[in-house]
Amino acid sequence: MDIHEYQAKEILSRFGVSIPRGGLAYSPEQATYRAREIGGERWVVKAQIHSGARGKAGGIKVCSTDHEIADAADFLLGRRLVTHQTGPAGKLVSRLYVEEATDIEREIYLGFVMDRTTERIMIVASGSGGMEIEEIAEREPESIIRTSVDPGVGMQTFQAREIAFGLGLEPGLVGKAVETIMGCYAAFSNLDAAMLEINPLVVTGGGDLIALDAKMSFDENALFRRPHIAEFRDKSQEDPRETYANDRGLSYVGLDGNIGCIINGAGLAMATLDMIKLAGGEPANFLDIGGGASPERVTKSFRAVLRDQNVKVVLVNIFAGINRCDWVAEGVLKAIEEVGVEVPLVVRLAGTNVEEGRRIIAESGHDILLADTLAEAAGMAVDAWKQQTN
Amino acid sequence: MAILLDCKTPVLVQGFTGKIGSFHAREMMDYGTNVVGGVTPGKGGSTHLGAPVFNTVKGAVKETGAEASIVFVPPPFAADSIMEAADAGIKTCVCITDGIPTQDMIRVKRYMRRYRFGDRMRLIGPNCAGMITPGQAMMGIMPGHIYMQGRVGIVGRSGTLGYEAASQMMAAGIGVSTSVGIGGDPINGSSFRDILELFEQDHKTDAVVMIGEIGGPQEAAAAAWARENMSKPLIAYIAGLSAPKGRRMGHAGAIISAFGESAQEKVEILKETGVHISPTPSQFGETVQSVLSEQKKAA
Repeated sequence: MDIHEYQAKEILSRFGVSIPRGGLAYSPEQATYRAREIGGERWVVKAQIHSGARGKAGGIKVCSTDHEIADAADFLLGRRLVTHQTGPAGKLVSRLYVEEATDIEREIYLGFVMDRTTERIMIVASGSGGMEIEEIAEREPESIIRTSVDPGVGMQTFQAREIAFGLGLEPGLVGKAVETIMGCYAAFSNLDAAMLEINPLVVTGGGDLIALDAKMSFDENALFRRPHIAEFRDKSQEDPRETYANDRGLSYVGLDGNIGCIINGAGLAMATLDMIKLAGGEPANFLDIGGGASPERVTKSFRAVLRDQNVKVVLVNIFAGINRCDWVAEGVLKAIEEVGVEVPLVVRLAGTNVEEGRRIIAESGHDILLADTLAEAAGMAVDAWKQQTN
Repeated sequence: MAILLDCKTPVLVQGFTGKIGSFHAREMMDYGTNVVGGVTPGKGGSTHLGAPVFNTVKGAVKETGAEASIVFVPPPFAADSIMEAADAGIKTCVCITDGIPTQDMIRVKRYMRRYRFGDRMRLIGPNCAGMITPGQAMMGIMPGHIYMQGRVGIVGRSGTLGYEAASQMMAAGIGVSTSVGIGGDPINGSSFRDILELFEQDHKTDAVVMIGEIGGPQEAAAAAWARENMSKPLIAYIAGLSAPKGRRMGHAGAIISAFGESAQEKVEILKETGVHISPTPSQFGETVQSVLSEQKKAA
């Protein structure tokens, strides 16, 4: 789960990381008020969306007068910002963060990730901050410092010190850097983060070390024990299709195609999407209906998939393991009757009692295309979609 | 036996008396698994499904001689249950639970390393369908009847996609020695490579099917190991061709976050190391069949 920059900064400052003075604004008036509250002569108005690369997308404005601040706020609020991370639909700006402008002398990259190779928390740092880590890795790979933490004892001060000296910080700043790195580690491990990135961490003209931007995301599997983090969820940053489905316990990812998918199991769902693509179509979504494929869950899934106006065909692919195909077939029929499916429907059942399941579908009187195999199902769905576009 | 499990393996069920634990324990018993007892703290001394219930894994191991355990414990408590099994001397633990926090799994893996290699528990999962040695025993939640006895090993992350592969193989007349689900989490007990090593050593396995997906380095690492160390043919499929970068596709671990983690990149890496690729998820059966007949011709 992603959170906003201002939320990440609020968390990090509690763990001893220095941040610029700033405040939240929901309107141009509030933005100018915040600037006056902060004081100084230059301010930065920052669009709060769940994406990096906001600067390039015009989401960050440096201002010197009340008038400029109000203009920037007026321009940004209600706008959808498109970055290379948001997709073409962009993300809605409904909050702004107004900050004092910082006198930047040097930019550093500091990141914390779950490293799947070492199976540990890993710190990634580079003296070349300000650009994305992928870009640093490409342009200055030798500048990257990697340190992993032994989960038995946690991060040690010497590790933070090594990173600080490795970044070439002046001895006078090393103490502050150690405090910052240890603070980030504590925030990451105590709050079940999945990713933490300060880019850039800035050495100011005044010789301080502050987090100019901050990004955090959290392990969704751990939110049950992090209720304060769970409250940071901002549904306005999500694809509304996903919000609807996920709130109903379905594992759903919105995509850009026209073939709506209802499948049990994440792996089979990915594989079915692959088959659709290989057959020349584009899936509208990933949806793992989860264990059981009960009639209620099938009905919920149809509702979620059909909310997407782009869906022109629905493909149901259920491998009945523990449950039986006849039971799943009845669930599908019940869902159709309850939800009303106006688009062509392809159903592929496999597993226990498959013949009985197919018979129930075939004899239902509903106009359902029955497929035998995964390949056939994908082919039928793509054909049904193509017939509509011709 | 094939690998890890046969009809004699004494199995313990952790979370035995819960709804899910009870349901699957019964299925496992019906299939022929030697379930010797279960653990539910506070219910020790009672009998459930005709088997004794214990308060602790240590107590259960002492009384029953259990060597393997399967965990059906909810996510907040699952890591604790796995560590309890490791400490009690269980040799193989299968964890079905989906939704364990990543940092809990980091702790579990660190904890397991307290034991010397020979004494260290082998963990399968979490977030997996478990494993089955067809015709003998299963420790998992899979439908047993879709697996035919045979000589091809299966190792995969996903449950239902593994079923798809097994049933395509059955339709093609190809049986399975053991099928192991290593689970969809980013940090899991056994890697693809760990299981390939076991299949390579197993006299009852002639070839292995590996079902991977987007995210993480394990498929590439397994293929690199196989090139140097594996004599048996390896057939693979990687799910997630249409997955956009940075999005989690159902499994906690199915997310493309670095180079080499997309399906296309993994397939390229696997091809370079000589792995046979099933081009689509609809061609497991025929791909395995053609690899096996080539193998026969060569022999």
